Amino acid sequence: MINDLLAANVIIGILSSGIRLATPYLYATIGETFGQRSGVLNLGVDGQMLLGAFGGFYVAFTTGNLWLGLLAAMLVGSLMGLAMGFISVTLKAEQGISGIGVYLFGLGMSDLLFQKTLGTVETVRGFRPIHIPVLSDIPVIGEILFSHNILVYIAFALVPISWFVLNKTTLGLKIRAVGENPHAADSLGVSVAGIRYFTLIIGGTLSGVAGASLSIALLNVFQQNMTNGLGFIAVALVYFGGWRPFGVLVGSLLFSMVNALQLWVQVLNIPIPSDIAVMMPYLLTILALVIAVQRVRPPAALTKPFERGD
Amino acid sequence: MTIQGLLEKYPRVLRLIDILLPLLATLAALAIGAVMLILLKANPVTAYAALLEGAFGSQNALADTLVKATPLLLVGLGICIAFRGGVINIGGEGQLVVGAVSGTFVGLSFPDASGWLIIPAALAAGFLAGAVWGGIPGLLKAYFNVNEILSTIMMNQIAVQGMNFLLRGPLIDPVQLEAASRIPQTARLSPAFDLPRLIPTRLHLGTGLAVVAAVLVFIFLWRTTIGYRIRAVGLNPHASRYAGIHVRRYMVLSLLLSGAFAGLAGAIQVYGVNHRMFTDGSATGFTGGAGFNGIVAALFGQLHPVGTIPASFLFGALLVGANKLQRAIQVPSALITALNGLVVVFVVSSEIWRRRLARLRLVETKEEPLPATETEVEVVS
Repeated sequence: MINDLLAANVIIGILSSGIRLATPYLYATIGETFGQRSGVLNLGVDGQMLLGAFGGFYVAFTTGNLWLGLLAAMLVGSLMGLAMGFISVTLKAEQGISGIGVYLFGLGMSDLLFQKTLGTVETVRGFRPIHIPVLSDIPVIGEILFSHNILVYIAFALVPISWFVLNKTTLGLKIRAVGENPHAADSLGVSVAGIRYFTLIIGGTLSGVAGASLSIALLNVFQQNMTNGLGFIAVALVYFGGWRPFGVLVGSLLFSMVNALQLWVQVLNIPIPSDIAVMMPYLLTILALVIAVQRVRPPAALTKPFERGD
Repeated sequence: MTIQGLLEKYPRVLRLIDILLPLLATLAALAIGAVMLILLKANPVTAYAALLEGAFGSQNALADTLVKATPLLLVGLGICIAFRGGVINIGGEGQLVVGAVSGTFVGLSFPDASGWLIIPAALAAGFLAGAVWGGIPGLLKAYFNVNEILSTIMMNQIAVQGMNFLLRGPLIDPVQLEAASRIPQTARLSPAFDLPRLIPTRLHLGTGLAVVAAVLVFIFLWRTTIGYRIRAVGLNPHASRYAGIHVRRYMVLSLLLSGAFAGLAGAIQVYGVNHRMFTDGSATGFTGGAGFNGIVAALFGQLHPVGTIPASFLFGALLVGANKLQRAIQVPSALITALNGLVVVFVVSSEIWRRRLARLRLVETKEEPLPATETEVEVVS
């Protein structure tokens, strides 16, 4: 039966699902990367994702327009990012713990709204795969890389875009400066609070999209706690990826590929304890954290609220 | 009179503020909850009345509240130790799970043994398993500088997958193995192992144990050398090192003990309430989110073991009352989860006001500052 896994069409299937399943991880990790590079640890990603997933699903379900749903998810996410900014930048609250509060709020609120508005599990017709002309006709590669829905393409495009923004633009320089040495940045006239609010709102927006990518593109349903801790994994993947967009891409693919493998193992009814397979990426992440922290240093001001004249 | 003058004259005002701030935070959360109830077209007065009745309205309700408060208190005690020691433990969920699974395993392995033997052994197994689950992130932080927030989150997921594996395979109830449904749960533990009921309600001995544990943790943290060192490391790791305290070792110990109490909570939950282990695939299916809500309770109790007792009681009441809310006026109990989140945010955010007031204070009181729970404590040794 193990041989079933090695059949060409199955391998293509696993790789293709793996690419698709990387979407929520990518949005969430890239958003979180911006926040952490500016010095703020947003541990509420999972709650932001759940609210985005619900908002996106609800609007898509009631209006029948997926793009409006996506817009709603972005709006909800950005509001949650704004809230996180107010808590961690303006009120200077301890970031690790207040993030848990934001998570609990999102978890409860999305469930509450779901039960009060929809009540039962509904489905939407989510974003359809777009076969890119010519490229999708390439055997094997076409199916793996170029036959996905629009949110998948955008997610992967965000990796080089965010790399460019962080490393090659003035804005990126300001973000990194605020995360490394907020006092120096402040003395040069960079608004530490402004930059941090900005990255947290971007992060929240992307978390919202991450949630919507589950509810209106991948699974096309909304369920209570449907992220099942994915947002927390995203936070860890930012460390795993050394705070670099291409690094978090590797981490996201690691998790999504194992998820895809596990799904196919179940589909093919292969008697491998899939729970153990699912455990592997978490173990690997811990291992990677051990290795990564010896080589890559986190942004110096990460988790430290900024106070002038400290 | 200025605020400064007031503080000079009445240094106790600050202590009062310590108690008032979390209460104000809860009131603010409940006020927002009232607005949400109105938006949901429910009468907030009726709703909160139902909540109160559900939590305190009868002997059974009160017992349920105490039972619900028990894991919160135990997890909260662990959180007090960790946060006082300057480390953050987000791994309560996983530690509860491994404690519960280990405790269950002991009971399943010796179905014919005496309860006098098995119950203490199972609770000890839960305590130890939790200690291991907390100790690993502790070691990783102290010796490999791995952020404990992340490692405890990972350990949560590993615990859940391990639980799912065991309950779907090796530990599954033989009855379920025969049945086509194969519900992932263990067999019911021998009734001889049930924790004694205190009065004819669901209230069990575990609640009493948790209160005793709270007093013991208080004595440990404030009346023993080891406890003193844990707090010293939490307040200032650098100064502690110069004072000759082995900072790394105490970091590990804080997280280890923190996990141990959550593990104990898991074992007590099994022997006092469920009498078997089950899974719905996620951690919250078994824990009911106690690993997170315990953090809420501990923060609310000012990270003081004795303060965590009433705080756990309050949040136990909210959770039990929430079920009544759902039954009586069809407001989903998820409302309370959302409000708990707001309480955490408000309590943590209100620290800024506490700090500002503390800065105004000129009179030295015996007040101790809360430890700086920095995630990256630089250890030079």
